[in-house]
Amino acid sequence: MLAKRVIPCLDVRAGRVVKGVQFRDHQDVGGIVELAQRYRDQGADELVFYDITASADGRVVDKSWVERVAREINIPFTVAGGIRSLAQAQQLLAMGADKISINSPALSNPELVNQLVDEFGQQCVVVGIDSYYDAEQQRYVVYQFTGDEKRTQATTWATADWVAEVVDRGAGEIVLNCMNQDGVRRGYDIQQLADIRQRCAVPLIASGGAGSANDIVEVFKQCNVDGALAASIFHRQQCTVAEVKQAMQTHSIPVRW
Amino acid sequence: MDVVIVNTDCANLASVKYALERLGITPTISDDSARIKQADKVILPGVGSARAAMRNLQQKQLVEPLQQLTQPVLGICLGMQLLGLRSAEGDVDCLGVIPCITERLACANLPSPHMGWNQLLATREHPLTKSLTAPSYCYFVHSYAVPVGDYTLATSSYPQPFSAMIGANNFYGMQFHPERSSAVGERLLADFLAMEAA
Repeated sequence: MLAKRVIPCLDVRAGRVVKGVQFRDHQDVGGIVELAQRYRDQGADELVFYDITASADGRVVDKSWVERVAREINIPFTVAGGIRSLAQAQQLLAMGADKISINSPALSNPELVNQLVDEFGQQCVVVGIDSYYDAEQQRYVVYQFTGDEKRTQATTWATADWVAEVVDRGAGEIVLNCMNQDGVRRGYDIQQLADIRQRCAVPLIASGGAGSANDIVEVFKQCNVDGALAASIFHRQQCTVAEVKQAMQTHSIPVRW
Repeated sequence: MDVVIVNTDCANLASVKYALERLGITPTISDDSARIKQADKVILPGVGSARAAMRNLQQKQLVEPLQQLTQPVLGICLGMQLLGLRSAEGDVDCLGVIPCITERLACANLPSPHMGWNQLLATREHPLTKSLTAPSYCYFVHSYAVPVGDYTLATSSYPQPFSAMIGANNFYGMQFHPERSSAVGERLLADFLAMEAA
């Protein structure tokens, strides 16, 4: 049986791993390779590295660390951040990244999803979506440029419509980041994730809000997502990946040991 | 040991190379048929589509040289599917060194592609399956697969069983990515490297 994936997320800024609250006030939490090794040793199923400033300030990811991670770790990893062209994606994949994840550039140029899929295959193209519940409009809306609070802006896309659009364009996996929950550690946005799960034919990864091992158990039990991304609880060493998997196993959620 | 990774121009060459380096092997990446022929072991990696990969092998004039290899050859992921007769992905003829056909994975209501860690079940006693003591999870990313058949060495299920490992003569295939399958993948790669020439 396919195991449910536990995925530590490492936000990278200026060559270090950082963690913010609702995308702001970033604190240094450690070195990239050092943290990658720690989570690998704890039994992480996959790692995601986000260069959180890249899209917003017009740079591409600083790539030197991608090759070091690829050399060191024996589990898959995804690189995200400012990937706008086939050449940039090619370079990251050639350095050993297993998947590339695009977010803001896909919103600016949706055709990029098709181009990446045609060139590298569906299996390595992930689309990250930052979704915010707009209480006035009473709907979930996709946000762009969330790496920089000065440039963060709502798009005209309703989240469910954007998911359908990128899946139709060939995306191989969706990471749905629920911004209202991000960094506040009160649990994943169960309602939204359960709704999107119904409409998403590709693997769906939950992101934003994990504050305890139990939150991760709940998102698997209630939303049937394929994986759960979490950052703070691991960075603050509140619990290990192994402890999360132990809790999942207690609730009969399939895990890899 | 002289290990050559075939440069198919569309593959995850670096991660396969690093995995071998972690095992203490320094592989050569090459698309030169004479160089490939000399190797003790040959690895054919692959991601992307079968049609694009076969087109690249044809342009590099590697189809016949690869078919004629006699040392142990390991195809990984798409590289495994290329060892078969045909692939339904792009409806393309492949190398034909293992008499099997690649079909679209019937995922029923499950998300596709089949992505993540799934369990391997050895179905035949073989040097490549001796490390598969349950539970052995490996990392898969694919939407096409070889159905279970005479050449299957190990299976996995999503939800239907399919070939996770195949083998015929000196040609072997792994549908998952051993280079990204943690300690289990490392053991399987080491078992391949330890194989005697057929």
